[in-house]
Amino acid sequence: MSKETIIEKIWNKHVVYKEEGKPDILYIDLHLIHEVTSPQAFEGLRLANRTVRRPDLTFATMDHNVPTKNVEEIKDKIAKQQLDALRENCSEFGIKLAGMFHKDQGIVHVIGPQLGLTQPGKTIVCGDSHTSTHGAFGALAFGIGTSEVEHVFATQTLAQEKPKTMNVKVNGDLPIGVTAKDLILAIIAKFGVNFGTGYVVEYTGQAIRDLTMEGRMTVCNMSIEGGARAGLISPDEKTIDYLYGRKYVPKDEEAFEALKEEWLNLRTDDGAKYDKTIEIDATKIEPQVSWGTNPSMVVPITGKTPKISEVDNKDEVMRALEYMGLEEGQRITDIDVSHVFIGSCTNSRLKDLKRAAEIIKGKKVKEGVKAIVVPGSFLVKEEAETIGLDKVFTDAGFEWRNSGCSACLGMNDDIIPSGGRCASTSNRNFEGRQGNGARTHLVSPEMAAAAAIEGRFVDVRAYSFA
Amino acid sequence: MEKFIAHSGKVFALNRENIDTDQIIPKQFLKRIERTGFGEFVFYNWRYDDDGNLRSNFHLDDEEYSGASVLVTGPNFGCGSSREHAPWSLLDYGFKVIIAPSFADIFYNNAFKNGILLITLDEEKIEEYTEKSQSGDFNLEIDLKNKWIKESSGEITPFDISEYHREKLLNGWDDISLTLLHEDKIKEYEEREVPVGII
Repeated sequence: MSKETIIEKIWNKHVVYKEEGKPDILYIDLHLIHEVTSPQAFEGLRLANRTVRRPDLTFATMDHNVPTKNVEEIKDKIAKQQLDALRENCSEFGIKLAGMFHKDQGIVHVIGPQLGLTQPGKTIVCGDSHTSTHGAFGALAFGIGTSEVEHVFATQTLAQEKPKTMNVKVNGDLPIGVTAKDLILAIIAKFGVNFGTGYVVEYTGQAIRDLTMEGRMTVCNMSIEGGARAGLISPDEKTIDYLYGRKYVPKDEEAFEALKEEWLNLRTDDGAKYDKTIEIDATKIEPQVSWGTNPSMVVPITGKTPKISEVDNKDEVMRALEYMGLEEGQRITDIDVSHVFIGSCTNSRLKDLKRAAEIIKGKKVKEGVKAIVVPGSFLVKEEAETIGLDKVFTDAGFEWRNSGCSACLGMNDDIIPSGGRCASTSNRNFEGRQGNGARTHLVSPEMAAAAAIEGRFVDVRAYSFA
Repeated sequence: MEKFIAHSGKVFALNRENIDTDQIIPKQFLKRIERTGFGEFVFYNWRYDDDGNLRSNFHLDDEEYSGASVLVTGPNFGCGSSREHAPWSLLDYGFKVIIAPSFADIFYNNAFKNGILLITLDEEKIEEYTEKSQSGDFNLEIDLKNKWIKESSGEITPFDISEYHREKLLNGWDDISLTLLHEDKIKEYEEREVPVGII
């Protein structure tokens, strides 16, 4: 038998129909939806007198614009209308909804894995570009637009061009104090914001194997920031252990054993060929901080903002420095922050919060810095509270919030004010992303925690041992 | 979807690379539950300052560009979020054709599904068009049937596009109807693979 990558194995199994010169029609195993990108798709169904083909393969939650404090009263009327529309649409078409106050509610890319809906080998889509997160489990998962949401509703399939395959090989081990977030930021810094366009990326190498499932989710999450619609990691025992016993994973031992074998067989075959391979040395990676307005504008904490004379894209760099209110050649450790946001589908899982809490324990948020923690899901919040993490954060002066996408994209009230400078564990530092005129610096949870205490960026490797 | 066969219109050039969907339509405008009405908010934070006044360093609203329907821009246009509000807002504003050296994947799909023609040309040509458009009266005629772009001077530039996308636009076909032609295959797949539902 020919040797295949996991990407080809999943793709080929899901092709419903194939025709020369046309995209393949691909079956979708799991369709996750939320309030922002679904209303127009439901409306489209109604106008065409169509229905949802497989409501049982569809799962809804509310995350993008839910408030994270004073949750009982949604002041934003238009946001409320969107949430109401989702509730009504799910009820009309028979779709399971984990809405506000439901114990399964949370950021769609946090709850999928947490509930065991995300499983190896599945094709998973959602009207959100960070759907690539689910690739951490060896699923083929990608973000789609609203027309495609409607297409999946009506047909449970998508017409898709077969993507090219890329191996992103991470050699060696990550040094102590360097995280999955630093790794993916370093990858995007090195290869650019569109290295993955047209590809599905598989992350391989020892450093990837050594990551926790949470770390793998962080890496796959940001695949889209490198232009790849999907990024994934072949399943192994860690994947299996994570999924065992989850709500929507078969409880029957025999059924689980059979699934386990199927899942492990998805691994890329030894000697399988990719269309492209790129490599990075993990041992050289330091904690990273973004300085600019796209996720490739990133330097190590020991570094400086670029010098205009030393870059090719002068206009872009000048514009970015101006927006960010930074000088060329400025030391990263000389940048003060006014806000800290720990949360988002990139870094809001229990392990992320635990690691940040270790840095914060017994310390205080620097005066004048506004710091918030937004757990990724209702369950993450509950688990964190059970082990007292909320107390660690609030004692230090952080606000402890309810779950949602929050200040990652500022659709709710969690907005960074114009000119505010935020150390953020989210995934995008675009202009205005966290609020009009807001300045975002992407970092790991540990680096965000340390920045909260010091009021500026510091090297967490020295900091945590101090 | 409306058929797209040919289009003539004024060019507005936005000479920036990696324009993300957060810039095309900022998040505060994503709460509508309709597909229409986004046009006035396109590039909002670049067009308006914090007080809602037009910025002088962004020219989309300058009189000479009024009615522009062809956007010429830099590489990796439409990167970032999957929000289809981005093509909705561009279309609603009046842009029917976007020409760039490259586009982000999700945006590419989203735009075609709304009948916007995306054309990929090399950077030199983009620079030339950008330069010419500074006058405010640079028009292009785009013929999808024959795959060429014509300037008022008569100069013609051919372009490539996948036959699949071209045929869909020319006929105004929508994807769902096309896929449903193969509904029997979907059924066969479901009988063979038995996807397990969420219970």
